[in-house]
Amino acid sequence: MNPALHAAIAAGSASRWENVRADFPILHQQVHDKPLVYLDNAATAQKPRAVIDALVRFYERDNSNVHRGLHALSMRATDAYEGARARVAQFINAADPAEIIFTRGTTESVNLVARSLAAGLKPGDVILCTEMEHHSNLVPWQQAARLSGAELKFVPVLGADAEGGLDLAALDSLLTPQVKVFAFTHISNTLGCINPVAELCRRARAVGALSVVDAAQSIGHGPFDVRALGADYVAFSGHKMCGPTAIGALIARPGLLDAMPPFLGGGEMIESVSFLQSSWREAPWRFEAGTPPIAQAIGLAAACRYLDSIGLDHIAARDAALTAALKSSLASIPGLRIVGPPHERGSLVSFVMDQAHPHDLVTFAGEKGLCLRGGHHCTQPLMRKLGLPGTVRASLYFYNSFDEIDAATRILADAGRYFA
Amino acid sequence: MSADLSELYQQVILDHNKRPRNRGKLPTANRVAHGDNPTCGDQCNVYLRLEGDRIAEISFDGSGCAISQASASLMTTQVKGRTAAEVEALYQQFHHIVTTGETPDEISDLAAFAGVHTFPARIKCATLGWHAARNALIGDADPATTEKHTD
Repeated sequence: MNPALHAAIAAGSASRWENVRADFPILHQQVHDKPLVYLDNAATAQKPRAVIDALVRFYERDNSNVHRGLHALSMRATDAYEGARARVAQFINAADPAEIIFTRGTTESVNLVARSLAAGLKPGDVILCTEMEHHSNLVPWQQAARLSGAELKFVPVLGADAEGGLDLAALDSLLTPQVKVFAFTHISNTLGCINPVAELCRRARAVGALSVVDAAQSIGHGPFDVRALGADYVAFSGHKMCGPTAIGALIARPGLLDAMPPFLGGGEMIESVSFLQSSWREAPWRFEAGTPPIAQAIGLAAACRYLDSIGLDHIAARDAALTAALKSSLASIPGLRIVGPPHERGSLVSFVMDQAHPHDLVTFAGEKGLCLRGGHHCTQPLMRKLGLPGTVRASLYFYNSFDEIDAATRILADAGRYFA
Repeated sequence: MSADLSELYQQVILDHNKRPRNRGKLPTANRVAHGDNPTCGDQCNVYLRLEGDRIAEISFDGSGCAISQASASLMTTQVKGRTAAEVEALYQQFHHIVTTGETPDEISDLAAFAGVHTFPARIKCATLGWHAARNALIGDADPATTEKHTD
């Protein structure tokens, strides 16, 4: 989006964003007698009334188990659950709802694809990750490597504070025909840097590798077109895009799921079962063993509708304007150093302060009503490489306000003086 | 200042964090132990010179939050000159303070850590240096860790 439109959306429609903020009941409360300032959106986003109402409505009217039910409630629940799959497909521009497997979230999605693909890997094969991966897009690949004998390699991050982002030049030597899987994050949850997903997917395909994109931090923060990105697999969580917890998805390029063995066995995923063997349903249901997260999927569809009603391009512009303000405001605090890329970044800012350890800063802020996150952000290898004990992370979403950024800055400046 | 915050960051703690006592390696040490809190990234090495059963000299180094570093610093001032049994009794007293918030009747600097009990995630920070010291006393070569499970 162009900067002029950014500015117009950020400044010219303050009342609109105040109305949006009013959609989130949780934001209007005091914590420790201070107004809540919630800047921990990268961990989980808050829920608008529309999503909460969808959950309540389902439990009050339609609650039943899905599939094979021959009564009214079960048919309603099934329609709503499968309708949610179609709504999520629309949200990310997937060609067919059958490409979407509902999971508990990004972690389960990556485990599903890693465990399924491991069955086809062998010694000599390479699984390529990056040094900035969240543990959820690292540990499952470590397990896949151990199971299959494949080797795990990493695209490095550049710079003492990772200010250079991914070392794309290193890809030339790392992306060899031995690479069968290239798993990487769209937006780093620790650094905020945005990786060039479409380019990385294209380069993976050029050597015959399957691309697996962790979209946990990007979904719901801007337009997301799974077909335009050209990814083979995309994993995301619903709770980071205003949906309920315990619902997420794995999206596969058409045709890939049919070749994949199931992940979990049990009810719902079978076609026919005898004492000694079973046959599987077609995808995606083959990958959804047991009673699925029905209400959560319906809540996720409500979140898709809600975000679409605001407009993903408007959300992206709002996020960018807030993030730019947060970044320049934090940079004014003495002793504070921002970690990660200087320019293009997702809606989070990671930093350290000379005066205090991240956990002390986050504890101090928490007592002032300011919710931040401190520590390794589930990226221990990255923290070790950067020589940091952890960082403090302030992460934004469209319902945050510029006043909250001012409040956060005041509180952190106070913390700097307190621990100095 | 909120009550909980000033309870947690007592002046004694802020002071030990800014001006740690007995910080650095101990050239004459005959016991060393490493403490590690992987969830926080806090690290603490404790160096002892034992004379018989008694701590003749002690120092620590490492990195971490104010609670972990102040606690390790204060610990060194409390255990110097003590026997292993006396250190264990002090540790039990300290552990009771940080987990319950109850302070002993007699005056003790350890009571400064009573505020930790309202922040359960920080209890491991407060006990890290103590775990390392106890390991050094029993001569355990394995690093002290606040986590039992590693893979």
